[in-house]
Amino acid sequence: MKQDVPAIEVKNLSKKFSGRLAVRDLSLRVNRGEILGFLGPNGSGKTTAFRMLCGLLTPDSGEGYCLGYDIRRENAWIKRHIGYMTQRFSLWEDLTVRENLAFVAQIHRLKDRRRRVREIMAEYGLAEVAGELASHLSGGWKQRLALAAALVHQPELLLLDEPTAGVDPAARRDFWDNLHHLAHAGLAILVSTHYMDEAERCHKLVCLAAGRVLEQGTAREIVARQNLHAYQVGGKDLALLARSLAGKPGVAEAIVFGNCLTVVGSQREELVATLASLPPEYPVSPAETGLEEAFIYLMGQREKER
Amino acid sequence: MSFFSPSRWLGMFLKECRQLARDRVTLAMIVVIPLAQLVIFGFAINTDPRLMPTLVVAGENSDLTRAFLASLENTGYFQIIGDASDPLAAETALATGEAQFVVNIPSDFSRRLIRGENPVILLEADATDPLAVTAALAAAEAIPGRLARRELQGTLAHLAPEVEPFRLVSHRRYNPEGITKFNIVPGMMGVILTLTMVLMTGLAITRERERGNLEMLLALPLRPLEILAGKIVPYVAIGLVQTTLVLLGARFVFAIPMLGRLTAIYGVFLVFIAANLTVGITLSSLARSQLQAMQMAVFYFLPNIVLSGFFFPFRGMPSWARFLGNLLPLTYFNRLIRGVILKGNDWPLLWPSLWPLLVFTLVMFTAALVFSRKTLD
Ligand SMILES: Nc1ncnc2c1ncn2[C@@H]1O[C@H](COP(=O)(O)OP(=O)(O)OP(=O)(O)O)[C@@H](O)[C@H]1O
Ligand SMILES: [Mg+2]
Repeated sequence: MKQDVPAIEVKNLSKKFSGRLAVRDLSLRVNRGEILGFLGPNGSGKTTAFRMLCGLLTPDSGEGYCLGYDIRRENAWIKRHIGYMTQRFSLWEDLTVRENLAFVAQIHRLKDRRRRVREIMAEYGLAEVAGELASHLSGGWKQRLALAAALVHQPELLLLDEPTAGVDPAARRDFWDNLHHLAHAGLAILVSTHYMDEAERCHKLVCLAAGRVLEQGTAREIVARQNLHAYQVGGKDLALLARSLAGKPGVAEAIVFGNCLTVVGSQREELVATLASLPPEYPVSPAETGLEEAFIYLMGQREKER
Repeated sequence: MSFFSPSRWLGMFLKECRQLARDRVTLAMIVVIPLAQLVIFGFAINTDPRLMPTLVVAGENSDLTRAFLASLENTGYFQIIGDASDPLAAETALATGEAQFVVNIPSDFSRRLIRGENPVILLEADATDPLAVTAALAAAEAIPGRLARRELQGTLAHLAPEVEPFRLVSHRRYNPEGITKFNIVPGMMGVILTLTMVLMTGLAITRERERGNLEMLLALPLRPLEILAGKIVPYVAIGLVQTTLVLLGARFVFAIPMLGRLTAIYGVFLVFIAANLTVGITLSSLARSQLQAMQMAVFYFLPNIVLSGFFFPFRGMPSWARFLGNLLPLTYFNRLIRGVILKGNDWPLLWPSLWPLLVFTLVMFTAALVFSRKTLD
């Protein structure tokens, strides 16, 4: 095992599907103990990137190393040291929880497999459903099983493709607490998500759109780099107001949150002028720009470029 | 990383067995297909049917011809459904299947008989299903001699010598070769195995793909050889179970003699099963979906039936068809199984048809490995 190398180091990975680039020029570096979040709209190439990293897809161009192994030539070795949780549940529905885990453990040729399977089932609260067919589990439990299967062999790198889609908030919190615990123990984790609260819990983020990396860095850095100004507007009929503000000078986004409206823009003077022209029943106050505003702004900019 | 790990293979093998054990439909198919086929062949298709519709084109209506027709009916196989007005109508009835037999009695039958000219009664049979007519024809052919001794007495007694005074000539129409059930049943075994083995393994990998399991399978440190071997081996066991069922059926439903040694019989089956499994697994690697795999399996299945000598006698086929037939495992299996079951052939005599099967298996397995997907590309 190569301990002194970064968990992932890839340069300019590109992948085409029938002529269309699904990922272009992806360069990444992930250290051990780090949680890297992949953020991007549907079809932006997150899953494709994951698959290239674990050797399921061959990149058309670019090169790199996972855990010190060449992703083109040595993917047999990579597979032994990574845990991959696929976006779609991909364990066997006609096997029980225990059988699924035992199968994965056997394929990894673990010593003392039974004990390890029992251990991981206890760790992830699967012991009580050990004899259930995977097809009988609810969505959240399937996710748990998939995570356990990705961790049976104590991998050094964990790839999680939208692991918490459809999972309840409490379970999500536990899940992320556990991820931090694993990262603390030295695991490198790559996780894709559509939830901003989860993105904020990552050490670093990569924002993808149409296969291209738009931003890379911590959540704070990404927000700061957008150089956005946000204001909150109170009052009634905010949905109508949001409509009428859209497209006005300086307004990039106008989003209703319950009973206040957040207006975001990059040109401060124009935005202030536009908001000043509002009737007095709409009180305006400055606000913090969150990751969500920054991300949506980023995606909006990208749309305009096209 | 090693090319093949017995322990990883075992994991794959056990997983397949567990899944198979839960797959009630497939399990039922394994038992039901061979049994159903055998039952259909054993009972629904009566190999010795009786009272088959018979038309008469009577050029003459005399005591003698009436006696002949009565004897025909007395065999139990023939039921005279009427007189055909002319040979053309009879021909049509035979072609449409309205009549199974047509009896042609020449108009000058009695006169030529008395002159000692050895007249001929022509018995035409629709032999598309040779099983149906074989026994009937045999019974009919015994009539002239018997009839002559009984009818030609008194002044005509001198016409009933040792040689038969008139002849019955039978024409098997549409299927001159007349394959017997001894030929059909062993062939049937091969057809059943081809169908089930290719179909079941044909779905083995496309099923994983369609259910989304392929991504997991490929993300695990499994080598193609382990995946393929892990998937094939459980089906070998299933194939042997089918073999046993089919052999028992052949022995006890059809009373097919089993002259060869049991080890040789099972050996032949084992090699043939392996050949079909490798075909299935190759198709499975090539197909994109279960439907496609199924279509490919049918596409493979048809020439096997047509060109292997199962339906049409191999020696009767044109040389190009024989060439194609010689590329198919069922062709060799047909020769092998008839040899071992009906002629009691042992290894030295089986070898010439056995090694092509082994080569075929090896080539197909290599193809399966080459075509097997190591990535999702
Ligand atoms: N096997 C494939 N064949 C053809 N096109 C593909 C294939 N896989 C992905 N694509 C295309 O590549 C692009 C990126 O898809 P990908 O699945 O990587 O997106 P994603 O970011 O994971 O999306 P989502 O958030 O919906 O999961 C899409 O346009 C998709 O249609
Ligand atoms: Mg995806």
